[in-house]
Amino acid sequence: MTERCTGQQQGDHGQDNPPLGVQLSVDHHPDSPLTPQARIARQAELVAGLLAILPETFVLHEAEDLRPYECDGLSAYRQLPLAVALPGQVEEVQAILRLCQRLGVPVVARGAGTGLSGGALPHADGLLLSLARLKSILHIDPLARTARVQPGVRNLAISEAARPHGLYYAPDPSSQIACTIGGNVAENAGGVHCLKYGLTVHNLLKLEVITMEGERLTLGADALDAPGYDLLALLTGSEGLLGVVVEITVRLLPLPERAQVLLAAYDDIGQAGAAVGAIIAAGIIPAGLEMMDNPAIRAAEAFVHAGYPVEAAAILLCELDGANEEVSQDILRVRQILLESGAVEVRTARDEAERLLFWKGRKAAFPAVGRLSPDYYCMDGTIPRRRLSEVLGRIAAMSAAYGLPVANVFHAGDGNLHPLILYDANVPGELERTEELGGKILELCVEVGGTITGEHGVGKEKIDQMCVQFQPQELAQFHAVKAAFDPAGLLNPAKAVPTLHRCAEFGAMHVHANQLRFPDLPRF
Amino acid sequence: MNQDLTQMLAERVAAAQGAGRPQRIQGGGTKAWLGRTVEGETLEVAGHRGILSYEPTELVITARAGTPLAEIKVALAERGQWLAFEPPHFDVRPNPDGRPGADATLGGIIACGLSGPARPYAGAARDFVLGVRIINGRGEVLRFGGEVMKNVAGYDLSRLMVGAQGTLGVLLEVSLKVLPRPATDLTLALELTAGEAIDRFNRWAGQPLPLSAACHDGERAYVRLAGSEAAVQAARARLGGEAVGAGADFWRGVRELSHAFFRNPAPLWRLSLPPTAPHDPSLGPHFIDWGGALRWVQSEHPLWPVAQAAGGHATCYGRRPAGQPGLQVSGQAGDPPGGQVFQPLPPALLALHQRLKAALDPRGILNPGRLYRDL
Ligand SMILES: Cc1cc2nc3c(=O)[nH]c(=O)nc-3n(C[C@@H](O)[C@H](O)[C@@H](O)COP(=O)(O)OP(=O)(O)OC[C@H]3O[C@@H](n4cnc5c(N)ncnc54)[C@H](O)[C@@H]3O)c2cc1C
Ligand SMILES: Cc1cc2nc3c(=O)[nH]c(=O)nc-3n(C[C@H](O)[C@H](O)[C@H](O)COP(=O)(O)OP(=O)(O)OC[C@H]3O[C@@H](n4cnc5c(N)ncnc54)[C@H](O)[C@@H]3O)c2cc1C
Repeated sequence: MTERCTGQQQGDHGQDNPPLGVQLSVDHHPDSPLTPQARIARQAELVAGLLAILPETFVLHEAEDLRPYECDGLSAYRQLPLAVALPGQVEEVQAILRLCQRLGVPVVARGAGTGLSGGALPHADGLLLSLARLKSILHIDPLARTARVQPGVRNLAISEAARPHGLYYAPDPSSQIACTIGGNVAENAGGVHCLKYGLTVHNLLKLEVITMEGERLTLGADALDAPGYDLLALLTGSEGLLGVVVEITVRLLPLPERAQVLLAAYDDIGQAGAAVGAIIAAGIIPAGLEMMDNPAIRAAEAFVHAGYPVEAAAILLCELDGANEEVSQDILRVRQILLESGAVEVRTARDEAERLLFWKGRKAAFPAVGRLSPDYYCMDGTIPRRRLSEVLGRIAAMSAAYGLPVANVFHAGDGNLHPLILYDANVPGELERTEELGGKILELCVEVGGTITGEHGVGKEKIDQMCVQFQPQELAQFHAVKAAFDPAGLLNPAKAVPTLHRCAEFGAMHVHANQLRFPDLPRF
Repeated sequence: MNQDLTQMLAERVAAAQGAGRPQRIQGGGTKAWLGRTVEGETLEVAGHRGILSYEPTELVITARAGTPLAEIKVALAERGQWLAFEPPHFDVRPNPDGRPGADATLGGIIACGLSGPARPYAGAARDFVLGVRIINGRGEVLRFGGEVMKNVAGYDLSRLMVGAQGTLGVLLEVSLKVLPRPATDLTLALELTAGEAIDRFNRWAGQPLPLSAACHDGERAYVRLAGSEAAVQAARARLGGEAVGAGADFWRGVRELSHAFFRNPAPLWRLSLPPTAPHDPSLGPHFIDWGGALRWVQSEHPLWPVAQAAGGHATCYGRRPAGQPGLQVSGQAGDPPGGQVFQPLPPALLALHQRLKAALDPRGILNPGRLYRDL
């Protein structure tokens, strides 16, 4: 059984359980230019170097020890690295990067491995650098409303530690129990709260970063800005290609006085889409505004029994937070807007328990959908909100044409879609058709003015669709920026930004070889 | 007035790169003093203007970089929205009623990365930038980011442009996130010393209060509340103090540095510090903004080392000539020491800045030296 998304075995992502039933061929590496002998020699050299830096227990190189690291949440791509290093000190990270730079060995950083775009997929001839042991919350300053943490700290752990001070960390990816703040920075992770409280980039103050050359840099500051270029913003979402993040200072926000959720059911998905625009046009920015279509509603209801209306074509979940008086007022206004937009039913959670139950269905939607089908593939693209019903209609038509069901559950407030394509990998050719349909959906997002990834990143998965969203000169500019940080191209190579050659092969771009920019840059 | 000068500008930059001729990028010219002097041909971008798209339900506006900030604000106000980061204009010629005039351009605001008093509560200019179209130093027209709220495809070069002062590219178009204007706002004055105010601002910011600005002018603390009438009144009851009549005028004075405090001939320093940094009156007269995170100080002495020791950084805003709305042009008469304006960077970081500059502008023709001598 293949999984394109980890939903079915919730918790296996990042928990380092080796995926079952995988045949590994240790000496065949399509990505590797090295002969098996050269690879063995390089591995020996790397391991010897690592053992001079780390205790033996934290250097893994036997195949069975490496296997837990062969993929991230996107387990259709698997690759064993030469070795895994588990540093426990920043100085060790620094020494490891210097070693790899000297040996010319590629390095892939890894947090919890919950990424859904293959960002932490190992390199066949490289080192996998796990930051999992750097997991201390170094300092919480309640007066300045900041937390200084190591990269391996789990997202949710920050809010748990801040809670006694009446504070929390706002970005809340659905994977927040497992994913690390380092991985969140690398992906500029989002979540339900991001419509009102912003993405990871909006909630960071300072990063400590080690460059591939082993240089330690401080980006950002404990102040609200820093001199020079905004490298803090540039590093955020750079998918581990520009530097390894070893310390993060995040902004904490006061816990809202009150949060309240409304659930609206619609017979028509277009009306639900229009309601999203109407709420925002009324000047209300909800703390969360999420939509589920009928297949997702049914799956979630069967799984968590949240009391969802299973006949509805779509439901909207709209959470309002803030001062008590403000929430009371806004609830009434939103209720009115929902009814005027054609909702057949509007419910307000009666108490905190019901509020959490409404959300439980949404948060469990991926694994719930996973129970309906042997496999599913989770997509991630963003569109302008006003094109929502048109795009959902076209996805439905494509789904019918491909004979592959699609369930939709997504961040409607910021137009971030997560179509889940249901398929069966045991049916020959179905995985390939699924990938093709997924690619078409992303291209549709670009066509209507959106993007191929809202929050999961490009990684290995969407590298070809980058050729659709960007022009050759833009991709060349990305490569030049990468080279400013990592001239040898050793940090997470072949991810996030495709080479122009790759785009030419993908067929999305026509390149005349001698008109390439930066012909001297490595093309991986 | 709408006008698309993309092609002309791109050709000029391409030609300048060929000849290695430095370009001094100019919008409205309102912030020429904010940085080091650039020697070079003037590249006039103010004529490249017009709002390209504005969809209130998407909370996004896209405009050409030469569009006057005032024009954008009016378009937004018509739909009950605004730029929540409250950008200062620093217009050279204010309207007779003291409101900013029409000189400041969108491109200048974003290139300088300026944010007003709402910054600690609403976010900074860079937090609202969703996408840009630029001309890089090779004369190539490139687009990064987009017009949607979430986008992690490729490196975030759009936010990198914010505060880069045109040294990495000529901004052609900017897409900004906009927000609904709060239903109401109220300004309170409180009798607090500067030290007390800093402490109080930080405590309040850790509580669910509808704060939207907090400053201390050397005499008194001022706090702005914004949101629904009910929330503002509830917060007012908790905070106490005395309601200020012309709140909008007061905060405009803070934003535009036209408040009485700034009408002093001593050189003005902008210290961006951790919000809890202790107040140090020995440095000189202070105006505290951003809930404690921004300290304006009048001082004859360079404050870079002091700011760094306090965990932040300093910018030299120069001297303010009597009777003129604009600030003194640093890098010209009354140059700061060594022509330095911004906090010096550690060597490793400066080297990275230089490599990054070379990646976007290999011949160093875009605003060379504007931020640092060697950049
Ligand atoms: C406390 C406070 C904070 C503010 N902060 C922000 C802010 O963060 N972001 C922001 O965009 N605006 C801000 N403003 C500017 C605010 O002046 C509005 O943009 C403007 O619409 C106020 O208009 P008015 O209701 O006073 O209308 P009027 O006084 O009737 O204004 C007439 C016209 O002039 C325009 N106008 C007024 N002020 C400005 C200005 N400063 N620049 C350009 N045009 C103007 C108006 O949009 C309107 O079309 C703030 C105002 C107040 C009171
Ligand atoms: C069920 C489920 C739900 C999810 N929901 C969301 C969601 O709502 N929103 C969202 O944004 N994402 C979501 N994700 C995706 C994923 O959780 C996020 O991308 C998360 O940020 C990845 O963190 P991680 O620690 O697992 O990183 P990993 O998967 O280990 O790594 C991700 C990338 O970051 C790099 N990286 C990791 N640590 C560092 C570091 N310290 N320095 C430099 N680079 C580093 C890696 O090289 C890789 O490119 C979901 C995933 C799952 C499985």
